[in-house]
Amino acid sequence: MRKLNLTLKVWRQKDDKGKGKFETYKLNNVSEESSFLEMMDILNEDLATKKIDPVAFDHDCREGICGTCSMVINGKPHGPLQTTTCQLHMRSFSDGDTITVEPFRAGAFPVLKDLVVDRSAFDRIIQAGGYVSVNTGVSVDANEIPIPKDIADEAMDSATCIGCGACVAACKNASAMLFVSAKVSQFTLLPQGQPERHRRVQKMVAQMDEEGFGACTNTGACSAVCPKEISLTNIARLNREYLTAKVTAQEV
Amino acid sequence: MAVLDAKIPDGPLAEKWSKHKFNLKLVNPANKRKYEVIVVGTGLAGASAAASLAELGYNVKAFCFQDSPRRAHSIAAQGGINAAKNYQNDGDSVHRLFYDTIKGGDYRAREANVYRLAEVSVNIIDQCVAQGVPFAREYGGLLSNRSFGGAQVSRTFYAKGQTGQQLLLGAYSALSRQIASGKVKMYNRTEMLDVVVVDGKARGIVTRNLVTGKIESHSAHAVLLCTGGYGNVFFLSTNAMGSNVTAAWRAHKKGALFANPCFTQIHPTCIPVHGDSQSKLTLMSESLRNDGRVWVPKAIGDKRKPEDIPDADRDYYLERKYPSFGNLSPRDISSRAAKEVCDEGRGVGSTGKAVYLDFRDAIKRDGRNAIEQRYGNLFDMYQQITGQNPYETPMMIYPAVHYTMGGLWVDYNLMTTIPGLYALGEANFSDHGANRLGASALMQGLADGYFVIPYTLGDYLASNKFEAVNSDHSEFKKAESETLATIQKLLSIKGNKTVDQYHKELGLIMWDYCGMARSAEGLALAKERIRTLKEDFWKNVNVIGANEELNQTLEKACRVADFIELGELMVDDALDRKESCGGHFRVEYQTEDSEAKRDDANYCYVSAWEFKGANQPSQLHKENLVFENVKLSQRSYK
Amino acid sequence: MNWFISMMSSTIGRKLIMALTGLFLILFLVVHLSGNLQLLKNDGGESFNTYAQFMGHNPLIKVVSIGNFFFILLHIVYALLLTLQNRKARPVGYLSETTKTSNWNSRNMGILGTIILIFLVVHLQNFWFKMKFGYVPLDDMGYKDIYMETKEAFSQWWLVALYVVSMVFLASHLAHGFQSAFQTLGLNHKKYTPAIQFIGKAFAIIVPLLFAIIPVMMFFNLSF
Repeated sequence: MRKLNLTLKVWRQKDDKGKGKFETYKLNNVSEESSFLEMMDILNEDLATKKIDPVAFDHDCREGICGTCSMVINGKPHGPLQTTTCQLHMRSFSDGDTITVEPFRAGAFPVLKDLVVDRSAFDRIIQAGGYVSVNTGVSVDANEIPIPKDIADEAMDSATCIGCGACVAACKNASAMLFVSAKVSQFTLLPQGQPERHRRVQKMVAQMDEEGFGACTNTGACSAVCPKEISLTNIARLNREYLTAKVTAQEV
Repeated sequence: MAVLDAKIPDGPLAEKWSKHKFNLKLVNPANKRKYEVIVVGTGLAGASAAASLAELGYNVKAFCFQDSPRRAHSIAAQGGINAAKNYQNDGDSVHRLFYDTIKGGDYRAREANVYRLAEVSVNIIDQCVAQGVPFAREYGGLLSNRSFGGAQVSRTFYAKGQTGQQLLLGAYSALSRQIASGKVKMYNRTEMLDVVVVDGKARGIVTRNLVTGKIESHSAHAVLLCTGGYGNVFFLSTNAMGSNVTAAWRAHKKGALFANPCFTQIHPTCIPVHGDSQSKLTLMSESLRNDGRVWVPKAIGDKRKPEDIPDADRDYYLERKYPSFGNLSPRDISSRAAKEVCDEGRGVGSTGKAVYLDFRDAIKRDGRNAIEQRYGNLFDMYQQITGQNPYETPMMIYPAVHYTMGGLWVDYNLMTTIPGLYALGEANFSDHGANRLGASALMQGLADGYFVIPYTLGDYLASNKFEAVNSDHSEFKKAESETLATIQKLLSIKGNKTVDQYHKELGLIMWDYCGMARSAEGLALAKERIRTLKEDFWKNVNVIGANEELNQTLEKACRVADFIELGELMVDDALDRKESCGGHFRVEYQTEDSEAKRDDANYCYVSAWEFKGANQPSQLHKENLVFENVKLSQRSYK
Repeated sequence: MNWFISMMSSTIGRKLIMALTGLFLILFLVVHLSGNLQLLKNDGGESFNTYAQFMGHNPLIKVVSIGNFFFILLHIVYALLLTLQNRKARPVGYLSETTKTSNWNSRNMGILGTIILIFLVVHLQNFWFKMKFGYVPLDDMGYKDIYMETKEAFSQWWLVALYVVSMVFLASHLAHGFQSAFQTLGLNHKKYTPAIQFIGKAFAIIVPLLFAIIPVMMFFNLSF
């Protein structure tokens, strides 16, 4: 098993007010079987033993689904592979590498400490309309409305977004269009989403703009880093849905 | 023993819940807005409860320690959710789901609770579809099902290998809708550190804001703990890194009894441990066992590549031992079988602690495309983690701690022994007995949140008088200062060992002595070691930084302190239960062919432990389980 | 009208303006090119001057050309607005922008656009301004002899070089802009999007190439 000696340049920032800077740490004998976050654990154990404040970073499930982990590694959100940071393993690096680790950068994602950012803007976008307004206790049988398999599958492909924010981090405009389009697409495709179709897309886009995300310039960087491979088709659909809703919805 | 009244309604099993619902008192719509309810945790149980209660008109405050309610660990459930829809016409029914669950739980769960669970399971699927959860479908547009461990019918609904994610996002969207409407006030990155009891009723909680460190009080008329399981007591488990027992444990210390703490589920299909720096174990969905065949070489020390070992030299031990369920045997049985063959020295991989899960035959039978359709994302995940291609070489798997059946004791209404304090989902003990069947956790979390608590909570609120209590009450101030004192104590030790070091040590003790196989001797040793560890922890732990900041070490330290205490209780419970059942396997009590040997005459009870003060032995209360509708028998999957 | 204002001030609405004006300018390029290719006709500029006379005096064309300037202006103004907004969306940048996951031109449409704008100013000053406000001798038909003017201009090697280089930037701008406009309009379909992308690429190569050929051939006195 290969062991790696690494130099880490890590963004350190005390709190949301403080000014941050990069610190350099050396780390030796890291097993290539370790995940990237396990490598960060080793760094933190090392720092803690030296009574230095460990590096704060967001992480939780460590199996690529919760969407909590959020670092930019060597200039790419979630690192060199198209996956989440927790699913990145050290075998993707070489002995002697210098690895730069930065927080996701976006005005709408303020840094709270070190590599931890506040992504509650995403929650607020969902709150603006990312749901089907049904109360608990519906009695319509689940098989009442058949949904063609390809439509269900496509809705699932959109719904698979984990809300990690890598799309925003990768986009040169810090645009959240891929995130918003994934949710809008899911409900646009499904029959259950139809009644609120126009209302939803307008409200979600308005909230997205209010949060201060940039505009989509169709570079495709978002989709290229998305751990769940959400496609740009969703963004086209969002544009279409939004413009149609604005032009055809009844409210003036 | 009078403390434990499960409040199980009278009448025939199938009518208990509907009769009970009718008998429960209601809160009139105009009055609902006068009540405040606290929901801690936003997983399936928490998010569904918070949303449903807010829809009814209650004022809800919801809390999660994650940066967003959508991140709760329910999201990681892969395989599916059971429901007795019988869409496949293969003989499923509410009664069969009830029976499978009771039997799967090795007859250590309450009949009435389990029946209710099976009953509402059908509503869950309707609810989720209405929310826009994109379940897998057939070409005809109808919902697709698959089979799962411990069942002989196809009743599992799924959304790729991400069913938990889709269900949670469904509940999260319902919750988001209520946050937008103002009926739910959401507190992200906020951890509950204490329950506040005023005049014998749970009236609020004390929290720490994980960004600023601020300790705050929140008052309410009822508190719902939907805080998940405590598998992380083992350090290595399939739980998320943040999953913890703190909320449940602090409630326990405030008087809520803790039931069956030793019932932990070891999941048979996880990716084996790679080394010391490992931080968590990754589950490969049990659904893989639908098509994968589990085997080890027949001979000890057969070091050939798996592809080169002919069938004649392979031991498909699950199919051999349990011909009728084969690779789909329940989790506890499959896990123990894997441990057995590894203990015999026939384990594979660099550590010898792994068995093969082989898709060769399924790929030959159905084609690579079909397998990719079914398990593509799981195969990708496996390859990403291990660097091996499971289409070409068998996966390696090994059991890992996955789910905890034990939890806060609750009655039929999901209320703990503290009036007004409820426990939902994995945080309670109620439905899975000594072993949980696959695809049942999602079902239980959502059943509790969507379909049980909205009824039972109303009854409590309508039948009690509440004094006006707000967070300035002296009990709140007291709890705040105690919480702060514990934190200050942890910060002031400034010892030499990191929090993770203690956590790892605890995990090893628990895994070695209170894991897949337990013995009186080993458990006694474990108890001793945990005590020493605890003493050392409070003398020598090193927690860097201050309270008034984002301090992840401090968060961990608080959680590990609770895990250590819980570990001791788990050992006590395992010592007390001198039988083997489900996930609890005492080596002293096994049948001739090494199966779990229950002792129904003496242990057909729920152990509910009462906290008696720091370093005092906990007191055991027993809730005897009465089986009127199923016959207790030795579980057989042969 | 509320809906219209809110649509036009949203990020998607602003992009809509970019897409629509962009597509109009793409159309304009086709018309402009088809006219200009007549410069290469071996007729001493007869057909080109006729064409220029028509373009300069037809009232409908006049309206369209005003529209054209307006759309260019709109394209520029909205590009500026969006760029400012996008800059604001990321106040602190990254240290290590090493791994690129998108094409250079798609990220630098603003720079490309600015270069094209500078070219446009030079280009207008060379021909359009002179034709409208300067003195241009008449040809045999009594039309302004723009052909000769052009020929003279393109006898300067550096101007030819400038035109050729500018067309490379235009190509790059179009390569992203063409298919991006369709994406922004939401015109996306599994069946047709690949075709749109192909046409976009082809357009981005062929049109600027033909534009660039004109000064080069005139410089070398070549014609058909």
